Amino acid sequence: MYNKRTVIPGLAIFVLFVTLPLWYNGLSAGPIPKPELPPNGTKECVAPASEMRDNHMVLLNEWRDSVLRESGRSSVSVGGKEYPKALQLACMECHSNKEKFCDDCHTYASVKPYCWDCHLTPVEAASKKETH
Amino acid sequence: MKYALSFLAVIALVLIAWLGSQIPGMPYIFGVAFPYLAIAVFLGGFVYRVVQWAKSPVPFSIQTTCGQAKSLDFIKHNKLEAPHTTAQVVARMALEILTFRSLFRNTHAEMHQGPKITYESSKWLWIFALIFHYSFLLIILRHMRLFLNPVPFWVQWLETLDALFQVGAPTWYMSDVGILIGVGFLFARRLTNVKVRYISLLNDYFPLVLIFTIAITGILMRYFLRTDIDIVNIKQLTVGLAALHPTIGSDIGAIFFIHLFLVCALLVYFPYSKLMHMGGVFMSPTRNMKNNSREVRHLNPWNPRILPHSYAGYEDEFREFMVDAGIPVEKELPPQKDEE
Repeated sequence: MYNKRTVIPGLAIFVLFVTLPLWYNGLSAGPIPKPELPPNGTKECVAPASEMRDNHMVLLNEWRDSVLRESGRSSVSVGGKEYPKALQLACMECHSNKEKFCDDCHTYASVKPYCWDCHLTPVEAASKKETH
Repeated sequence: MKYALSFLAVIALVLIAWLGSQIPGMPYIFGVAFPYLAIAVFLGGFVYRVVQWAKSPVPFSIQTTCGQAKSLDFIKHNKLEAPHTTAQVVARMALEILTFRSLFRNTHAEMHQGPKITYESSKWLWIFALIFHYSFLLIILRHMRLFLNPVPFWVQWLETLDALFQVGAPTWYMSDVGILIGVGFLFARRLTNVKVRYISLLNDYFPLVLIFTIAITGILMRYFLRTDIDIVNIKQLTVGLAALHPTIGSDIGAIFFIHLFLVCALLVYFPYSKLMHMGGVFMSPTRNMKNNSREVRHLNPWNPRILPHSYAGYEDEFREFMVDAGIPVEKELPPQKDEE
């Protein structure tokens, strides 16, 4: 083999890069997130849990567009119950702990939704009320 | 015909993954066995190919020069086009690998009335190759969020950068659009440019179609066919693969297995195909050698060892036979002693 002094380190760097997940995680997959169920005991949501898991971001985006861009503020009726198209007024009413419900999976999967650029989390909303 | 065959091959791969992953028990084969097999073939094959290249001797200093070599002091040396030191070679290689400098020189020859031929700079290949390769790199680095736990800060930065426009939810990535545009152009170029079409083979079309389909299945999975695509469930499998004890939590949609199987096919195909230009660009002697053949003698490594043999030595060795044959010699045979 020629040019061993450059070829071998080059290959070593390549193999290290490709196997990055092996040694970065230290052969441990880590805990799987378990989002907290609604503390107020509600069992029903606007859609079944499996569908919400897959599609909640699509639904929230549709609601956002409908309310803010088409002023469609009418509420959604599911199973005889009325839900306003809102994050703070609907979702967070039951899933009241953003840190334990939203962030659990989002941090695990490195998803950073920009909901909270404008919205207040329940904790922030409560502290706002106190100051006023 | 050749491009139709590559489409057929990819469609066959899609069908295998789609139908295969629906059979009970098979998700484990498609989700665990194939990825391990593919990464082993990829790494082993890649290292093997590079070692084979490194074993091949280079008979001459065969770098391609496009500028004035280092000469007398008053002649201006073109350091990038005729690199003379290791640092200059590294600079030239870095520009080639990071900015595809040789594609930047691409020209387009055209016949006009007269007849007159013109050579015009043609940057399309260069710009779309850049878009394609950097999108692909960004996509691979972004996918590390599925394999690394906790997700490192640089992956999060890349995701934020790539989703900068904040279109839709899940947010659109620029690299998704980039890779489709890039690979689409590279494919269309092979079909529409008559000269390129003439020299294109099945193994030119196939990787383009395969990468296109991988990108399409990824986009479909992320934005459109979201049934049973729960990111937490998928990360549990992928990070489990990296931790060497993979588990498939609950059902994962077929589109995921199609995407994953095509990626496995790409990894297996990689070391045996033109895609090895990833390693080859570092190994090409026309780029990685110094243009110093007037100062340093480049010895051909496969030359046999031949010692210098002067005429005086030659005559010493064969003098008797030369005298016998009547060939004149510079130094006569020593006078023979009379036998007594």
